[in-house]
Amino acid sequence: MTESNPPAKLDRALLMKDAMRELSAPTRRLFLRRALSLGGLAMLSGCSISNDKSVDSFLKGVSRFNDRVQGWLFDPNRLAPTYPESMITRPFPFNAFYARSQAPRVDGDSYRLEVSGLVADKHSWTLPELHQLPQVDQVTRHICVEGWSAIGKWGGVRFSTFLQRIGADTSARYIGFKCSDDYYTSIDMATALHPQTLLTLSYDGQTLPREYGFPMKLRMPSKLGYKNPKHIAALFVTNTNPGGYWEHYGYNWFGGS
Amino acid sequence: MSTAAAIHPLWLRLTHWSNALAVIILVFSGWRIYNASPIFNFKFPEGITLGGWLGGALLWHFAAMWLLVANGVVYLLFNLFSGRLKNRFFPLRVREVFGDLLAALKGRLAHEDPRHYNAVQKLAYLFVMLDTLVVILSGLVVWKSVQFPLLRELMGGFDNARIVHFFAMAALVAFFLVHIVMVALVPRTLLLMTRGR
Repeated sequence: MTESNPPAKLDRALLMKDAMRELSAPTRRLFLRRALSLGGLAMLSGCSISNDKSVDSFLKGVSRFNDRVQGWLFDPNRLAPTYPESMITRPFPFNAFYARSQAPRVDGDSYRLEVSGLVADKHSWTLPELHQLPQVDQVTRHICVEGWSAIGKWGGVRFSTFLQRIGADTSARYIGFKCSDDYYTSIDMATALHPQTLLTLSYDGQTLPREYGFPMKLRMPSKLGYKNPKHIAALFVTNTNPGGYWEHYGYNWFGGS
Repeated sequence: MSTAAAIHPLWLRLTHWSNALAVIILVFSGWRIYNASPIFNFKFPEGITLGGWLGGALLWHFAAMWLLVANGVVYLLFNLFSGRLKNRFFPLRVREVFGDLLAALKGRLAHEDPRHYNAVQKLAYLFVMLDTLVVILSGLVVWKSVQFPLLRELMGGFDNARIVHFFAMAALVAFFLVHIVMVALVPRTLLLMTRGR
């Protein structure tokens, strides 16, 4: 399962967001400088560190190895723990790479979920069509890569049901997601078919609020928060790893829990 | 010549320094990861962390973990099958621990024969072995809480596993600091751990 570098998306808005992030968050450059200063340490282990790029590519290589290990550890039948509604975290935290007020406003009436790639039926889905599919809900723990966790209740369509409806080639390796906030990510097919992986349309019994990803969020209790795309606009089934927004900066691609 | 034989065999010295490298990387990157969502009301100064940002720290952490685990397994296997674990660390008697601790505090703990650990050393090294095991198991739950349900419940759930992981780290760092002080007090132990004699 080799991860190719996500294709650079030359989108003005996305570039701006990246630039903002570089300014506000600790930078990648700093990371590389630190990595270099630790080069001496790494020499002790016998690695030949000639420059900071080799450290970076070594660590990314281990991360890809960790993708494979996690794919191997993933048990398609093992369920994440579920909780009583009394344990729901209130208020459930907002989390994104932008402020709450900047969450995209998607018009539900004109909304269409685009479907492409290795699927038999490529027609776009309206929200009422999605609501007509069998709905389930579950109370699960959302675990953020930062370390915090929160319990929430999401409801919607089992993703495996949806994939079946669109005639997806479930022997394909990846599913990619493009979101209205220019976020993008991708997941492995095994996780996509997991019974707790839901294409959610509601949160805590209400229509999924804007800050939690209206009109739709893919909710996977077996993956970290950044792997759960919100405001999904399009999805595609593919054999080429589409990467992801945070994954591009160095977060682990599999991001399993 | 038996007297010229290494007091610390090569495998021990190699695994010791590999472990030191792994622990240093894991602790400093772990502090950066902790800072992303502190459990307690403090953060580690970012200047002494490794990784530059959360994602970088995670890359270091999830690379060095393999070194810690693989090296730990090699160490344990050699230790068990060479008989060193049994010979060096046992028997360990409570009375001796207190006696040696008292002598150490009075500055009168003898170090004539580096082939034998005193009771406090035995306890400290056995403790750090167990603590490393706790660090690894709690870390495994923090990393893959869904995939290891038994271990997760043993740690008291995901959130609690973070706390266990934190305190196991703190105990490891405390050991490390005492360890460094002891090496400074008896510098030839550093020589023993590098060239073996």
